[in-house]
Order: sequence, then structure tokens, then C-alpha cells
Amino acid sequence: MRKSPSINHKFYPLFVLIGLLLIWHLITTIGLVPGFMLPSPLDVLRAFANSFPELMGHAGVSLTEAFTGLALSIMLAFVIALIMDCFEGIYKAFHPLIVISQTIPTVAIAPLLVLWLGYNMTPKITLVVLTCFFPMTIALLGGFKTSDADAVNLMRAMGARKWQIYRYIKLPNALPGFFSGLRISVSYAIVGAVIAEWLGGNSGLGVYMTRVRKSYAFDKMFAVIFLIALLSLLLIKVVDLLERKSMPWIYRLREEEKLE
Amino acid sequence: MKKIRLQTKNIGKTYAGELIIKNINITLREKELVSLLGVSGIGKSTLFNVIAGVTAPDIGQVLLDGFDITGQAGKVSYMQQKDLLQPHLKVLDNVALPLFIRRLNKSQARTEALKYFEDFGIAGTQDKYPSQLSGGMRQRAALLRTYLFSKDVALFDEPFSALDAITKRAMHRWYLALMERINMAALFITHDIDEAILLSDRIYIMTGPPGVITAEITINPPRPRADEFLVSENFLNYKRQIMKLLAL
Ligand SMILES: Nc1ncnc2c1ncn2[C@@H]1O[C@H](COP(=O)(O)OP(=O)(O)O)[C@@H](O)[C@H]1O
Ligand SMILES: [Mg+2]
Repeated sequence: MRKSPSINHKFYPLFVLIGLLLIWHLITTIGLVPGFMLPSPLDVLRAFANSFPELMGHAGVSLTEAFTGLALSIMLAFVIALIMDCFEGIYKAFHPLIVISQTIPTVAIAPLLVLWLGYNMTPKITLVVLTCFFPMTIALLGGFKTSDADAVNLMRAMGARKWQIYRYIKLPNALPGFFSGLRISVSYAIVGAVIAEWLGGNSGLGVYMTRVRKSYAFDKMFAVIFLIALLSLLLIKVVDLLERKSMPWIYRLREEEKLE
Repeated sequence: MKKIRLQTKNIGKTYAGELIIKNINITLREKELVSLLGVSGIGKSTLFNVIAGVTAPDIGQVLLDGFDITGQAGKVSYMQQKDLLQPHLKVLDNVALPLFIRRLNKSQARTEALKYFEDFGIAGTQDKYPSQLSGGMRQRAALLRTYLFSKDVALFDEPFSALDAITKRAMHRWYLALMERINMAALFITHDIDEAILLSDRIYIMTGPPGVITAEITINPPRPRADEFLVSENFLNYKRQIMKLLAL
């Protein structure tokens, strides 16, 4: 009996969502906003179903760009964080610059990338990398730098080499931060790919969006927006799952405590 | 006389222009339990870090079995008040860490480490994470890790000082019994006079600043010592003598 309030809790956002959808539906049915500007939820669903194969094709392209960019930024983040952790001088010289570089809106350099790199996947992937590597780099570096100095000293006293100190102390210490960074990065990745696609290309969700916008197909427009949101959400869930799997010393313990 | 295992010669160390320790000469013989006793902040851990090769001394040498190991890490391991068990490794892997570092085959290392779990009083904990263990258990695991690094010489830097009085007493008893079985030579840092008398064959008294060795006391009753030793006149005499030396 005492459990029931917390179960209800989980459904509160769902109730709000259903409520919002109902209000939206109501607004469109009583004609508060002209139907061609704001399609009803049902219209959007229909558009989604009708253009499903087409949408999936474009989603495949965008996801390929997002994943490639993400994979490259993970590698880049590890390399940069490692170098900055190993060499104090490089850290001091480059860390402030990297932080400042993040004030440049990536959206603003997207057109430049397209001009430089053409209409293929390269500028999209580049933009994804530029937006995604930063949160992970900072998180990893933070994890490396906050590792227990006494533990590192003990490893050295036991004759550990540098890579062993990373393997057994620094990387595990950086893992929780890395996953928070990765969670931010995956949502950036898809949005980054879509924004780059707006500016040119033959396929991808961003290209599709520009096309349906030009033909004023609002229902399809909404369908893409929801699809993008859904994909981001799905990826974040995947990251959550990976996080649970790779840090059993945090999550398995929590579950065991709950059982007791 | 037993063979000398570990020796320091005239060690001096300065931090930020301030002399912390100077002229430190100590010896540790085979199977001997020696304590370094001094108030907090006197430079005991500094000396340990020098012996462990984690920090280099300004002058002086550290000899292990007659070989100069000054500034070389990887020769002598130590254990601290903080157990430094890694939260992400199961107890077995934490304990086997020195063997992993030596690039021993993982399963071989685990088998080797597991052999000692019973003897070190942590049987059955191998698949747990350190956070699931009590303070006393964690210290035992840390001691086993130290032992697996080197079975005959170890440094202990106030290993029991974070434990509550009752656990600490139990650990003392366990430690003495263990030391009889494993024949380790240990240099034991403490600021606790009772602990030093109870656990040592010899005690170096460090006073200062800067930290210097001002006295060396041999504790005569043979190990293992019965509980009565703790409340004996003999024990109190040692204590009186040490308090005078520490100017307490
Ligand atoms: N890495 C360091 N840098 C600067 N000063 C230090 C460092 N380590 C220890 N000290 C100083 O050396 C003195 C002795 O410290 P320590 O060896 O830890 O004493 P103890 O272990 O006897 O309590 C203290 O004054 C401490 O502030
Ligand atoms: Mg100390």
C-alpha cells in the first residue's frame, strides 16, 4: 500500500503529456489556429505513417552521420584528455582556449563547413564532432585530475606503469563523468547532424525538413520533429543502459540495497 | 644477528624550503617488527614516501638488501590509514592488484590471491565490492594486497588509526598473530604509544621539528604477547620512558 504513491509518481509526466496532446487536438478541431499551420496530432501521426519508409531512409543517413561523429568525438575526447592530463604545460596552454572555443556557436560555423567540405557527409560529421567532443573531454579530464593522489602514489610504489595507473585508477574514476558527458553529446549529435543537413545535401532528416518546409507540409514537419526527439530520447536510454552495464560497482550495489 | 633487509642512511628532505626530516638512519632486520613513533606532522609519512620511492630525498640513501633503491618506486609497498581499495574492483581484484601490475596472467593472479583469504580473515569476501565491507575487513584486505606485493618487507603508515577502539584492539591481536605466521619484516608508523609498544620489537622515537630520530627502544617480552602485557608494570615502564622522550 505504501508503495503506491511512488508508482503513481512515474505516471504524472505521462498524464501531463496526454493532457497536452488533448489540448492540442482541441485547439485544432475548434479551428483556433488554421489547420494548415497547426496540424492535429492525428494528422501528424498519419503523416508519419504515410512517409514512414522515406523518413526511415533519411533517419538512417542522419544517424550514420551522428554515430560516426560521436565515435570520432569519443576517440578525440580520450586523446585530448589523456594528453592534457599527462602534460601539465599543454593543459595550461590549451585548456582555456578549448573552453573559450565553445562560445562559438557551432550553428554559425556550419555554413562555412559546407562551403569548405562540400555536400557529402564530411561537413555533417565534422560539425557533430565539433559539438560533441567538448562535454566528454571536460568530463574525462575532470575524472583523471580528481583521481585520488594517494591511490596513484600507491600504484607507483607497487611499480605500476603509467598506462596501468590509467587502467586501474584514472579511467574508472572518470567513467561516471564520461557517461554524463556522453549523455549530453548523443543529443547534440543528432541535432548537430540535422542542422548541418539544413545547409545542403541530398539526404538526411535535415534535408527532408527543408524540403517539406518549402512545400508547407506542416504535418510532415511535425512528424520529423517528433522523430528527431524520439531518436534522441532513445539514444539517451541506450547510454543509460551502457552506463549501468559498465559500472556494476555503483548500480549493482544500489539494486542489492533495494532488495534488502 | 639477523640479516638487515631495509636501511636508510642520513636521509634528509625539504618541502618548500622547510626542512622536514634530517639525518634519518634506521634499520629493519629480517622478520622484525619496528615502529616509528612521533607526533602528527613530524614527518613520518614523508620518510615513508621516500622509502617507498614515491618522493626523492634531498640527501641520503635507501638500501634494500644492500642495494641502493633511492628514488625507485616498485621496490617496497606500503599500507595506509586509508585502505585505498578501488571502489570499482571486487575485493579479489583489489587484493590481486600488485600481481596484475606485474603482468601476471589474470586468473593465475586471482588464484594466487585467493589462497590467502582464509589466513587474512577475509574468506568469502572475494566477490564483494569494498563498500560492502566493514572498516576492519577493508584493512585486512589492504594488508593482504601489501603482502602480495612483497611477502617479506612492508611499510605500514598508521594502518589502524581510523578504526574505533574495539575494532582496533581486535586488529592488533589479529596483526600480531598474522605476523607470527607470515614472517614479514614491517616498519610501522604510529602516533599511538600503546600501539607501538604492543606491536614492536623495536621503536624509533622521532621528535622535532625538523624530524630526527632521538631514541631507539627495544621492547623485550617475546612475541606473541599475551593480553596481560598490556596492563603489566613492564608495559607501563616502557610507556613512562617513551612519554618522557616525547616530552609529553
Ligand atoms: N607533498 C608535500 N608538500 C609540502 N609539504 C608537505 C608535503 N607532504 C608533507 N608535507 C609537510 O611535511 C610535514 C610532515 O608531514 P607528514 O610527513 O605527513 O607528517 P606525519 O606523517 O608525521 O604526520 C608537514 O608539515 C606537512 O605539511
Ligand atoms: Mg602521516
